[in-house]
Amino acid sequence: MEVLVILVPLALGLGLVGLLGFLWSLKSGQYDDLEGAAWRAIADDDPAHERPSD
Amino acid sequence: MQATRDFSLYVKNLGSGLSRIDLAVEGVSCAGCMSKIERGLAAIPEVTLARVNLTDRRVALEWKEGALDPTHFIDRLAELGYKAYPFETAGAEVAEAEQSRFLLRCLGVAAFATMNVMMLSIPVWSGNVSDMIPEQRDFFHWLSALIALPAAAYAGQPFFRSAWRALRTRNVNMDVPISIGVTLALATSVVETLGHAEHAYFDAAIMLLTFLLVGRYLDQNMRRRTRAVAGNLAALKAETATKFIGTDEISEVPVAAIRPGDTVLLRPGERCGVDGTVIDGRSEVDQSLITGETLYATAEHGSAVYAGSLNVSGTLRIRVSAASEGTLLAEITRLLGNALQARSRYVRLADRASRLYAPVVHATALLTMIGWVLAGATWHDAVITAIAVLIITCPCALGLAIPTVQTVASGAMFKAGVLLNSGDSIERLADVDRIIFDKTGTLTLPDLDVVNSANVPKDVFDLAGRLALASHHPVAAAVARASNANSPLAGIVEEPGQGVHGVFNGEEVRLGRPSFCKADQLANEILSLDPEASVVAFNRGDAQYVFAVRQRLRPDAQATVSALQARGIMVEILSGDREPAVRAAAQTLGISEWRAGVTPADKIGRIDDLKRQGFKVMMVGDGLNDAPSLAAAHVSMSPVSAAHLSQATADLVFLGKPLGPVVAAIDFSRKASRLMRQNLWLAVGYNLLAVPIAIAGFVTPLIAAAAMSGSSLLVMLNALRASRVVQGRF
Repeated sequence: MEVLVILVPLALGLGLVGLLGFLWSLKSGQYDDLEGAAWRAIADDDPAHERPSD
Repeated sequence: MQATRDFSLYVKNLGSGLSRIDLAVEGVSCAGCMSKIERGLAAIPEVTLARVNLTDRRVALEWKEGALDPTHFIDRLAELGYKAYPFETAGAEVAEAEQSRFLLRCLGVAAFATMNVMMLSIPVWSGNVSDMIPEQRDFFHWLSALIALPAAAYAGQPFFRSAWRALRTRNVNMDVPISIGVTLALATSVVETLGHAEHAYFDAAIMLLTFLLVGRYLDQNMRRRTRAVAGNLAALKAETATKFIGTDEISEVPVAAIRPGDTVLLRPGERCGVDGTVIDGRSEVDQSLITGETLYATAEHGSAVYAGSLNVSGTLRIRVSAASEGTLLAEITRLLGNALQARSRYVRLADRASRLYAPVVHATALLTMIGWVLAGATWHDAVITAIAVLIITCPCALGLAIPTVQTVASGAMFKAGVLLNSGDSIERLADVDRIIFDKTGTLTLPDLDVVNSANVPKDVFDLAGRLALASHHPVAAAVARASNANSPLAGIVEEPGQGVHGVFNGEEVRLGRPSFCKADQLANEILSLDPEASVVAFNRGDAQYVFAVRQRLRPDAQATVSALQARGIMVEILSGDREPAVRAAAQTLGISEWRAGVTPADKIGRIDDLKRQGFKVMMVGDGLNDAPSLAAAHVSMSPVSAAHLSQATADLVFLGKPLGPVVAAIDFSRKASRLMRQNLWLAVGYNLLAVPIAIAGFVTPLIAAAAMSGSSLLVMLNALRASRVVQGRF
């Protein structure tokens, strides 16, 4: 059971990393446009340096 | 006089040499639009950021300060095929967005804690039936406390605050039993852990908060989204005014930048964006958006002009007055204030449920405790059982029952062309058994239309349309629109107050007043048949034609009215227009109840009458004169073309030409309301099953967790059905 000394803090630490990641993504505005984000994942890359095609 | 457009009001300086503007964009609905807009704007040199928000239908733009004029972006978007307009973020919208983020942060913390506490609880549950030693159990309980207590203190804030606010005003809302339940569960668990007990409820308490926060977040998100949509609608009206910045120099500025005392220019064919008094010029104005009256009024020196009036013939100079100076507006503002006060008395379904719920839950817990003491149990066991009752009855499913349905239903209504302005409108809409329509602009289309185009040869109609493009007169504009003309004729001259004329293929062509085109007799024949129409004559060589132009009923108005009647809803018309016009519309639509020449106060009076008779009235209207009655009715709806004030007052806004969304809104809301009630009964039914087990003292943390997640899941799945409505079944 001594293994708990390592496993418990490890599990909590990983959970905390997940939470911090979530808070970071929230702060950087990644939840502001959920519909758009769904489409951006499949859009072509790097729109900033291309000339408009039309 | 050359007009420039000035949008500097909306540009924010970010510091570090960058400027920013937010634009509301119409018609962005897919990924294709998104990348088209972003590429199109990013290709402009000096632009450092162009990002579309597909949820809110907006574009954020940043560029190097001073390098570009914001009008450039709007023109570029117009080239790409999108109508855009800058908007000022209202204070309320910022607050909603901030609140939404806070709830999401709370939800993240609560979900993290739930997962980790569960990870510790499952070994305890399985250990209790196998070989776990008490020291290990205590260790796991303490670890759970370490996670759950700070997480609950943070994530519980929305509930604790709201409960405290309610208690301070001697009220009870749903958050009171939630706060008491969570606090007691956590406190007992700490005490139990100190006493090396077998069960602790850290997992149940934090899981409860997580589920409730999901409901709270959905609710908040829907409100935020409706507000964003309302903000876009207001911005896309693009209300501008032509302001004099010198004696002879004009600039086109957003209406928000106009101050009382400014002088603005109103040309023929323009809609006035401000309230004021005419100081120079003479014209006819169409005030149908304000009074419902379709006959033109004369405006000359000293006449009052209201925002929303359409200038028909001459050019006017207008001195802008403060908002409440006009007698009509002052009256409408007063009526609106009274009506809004009355409306706030409506109690939402969720609040009604919680008023019943809280006392019952607390009484049950107390009785359980007393019962066990009387039956000879120790105080410790009695208190623990009572707390188990509190936990198991905590309104987890109840907190999700309504927001989940609302979210799904509002999404479905959005797709059907109905936007929500207020969150509780769905449940109020479902009760409606009487609908009052305004006529002008609501049952009829806001723009004029040619009604006798079938009597005129196609080539003549097309030519008249091309000629009409040269005029700003609304009647001429209707001819141009009806003939789909898009190539104006060259060398056309406008005779003010008469019409336009020019030469086409060697023949003289004229469009204008019947006398201008020598078509008086023909015009009188048409007018004697249809006295409500306006006429415009067309002359080509020796041939004369006359177009009858009038407001036309929405294409599906008749079908909509009969669909509503088939749903057991009585329909009536209250209009500010004259009697013959209203009677004709009522007869066509098969509506037996109608009143004409009604003032705003009369409209409210009629609604109050119906309310006293026990009817739930929905008002559908667009005019400024409808605003007070929109607020007075049980629930209200406006077309997207409505006057600013009316649209802001209405609970729902429908898009497009057809009237059909009114029926769709009723159908969706009835289904949603049925599902909400079903969900509430599901939650109650779950309690009826679980509470006896809790009272009997058999509830372990495992049972509490399973029951809670099971009932929440059931309610959420049931809510998904709100997006499906079979048209015609009700």
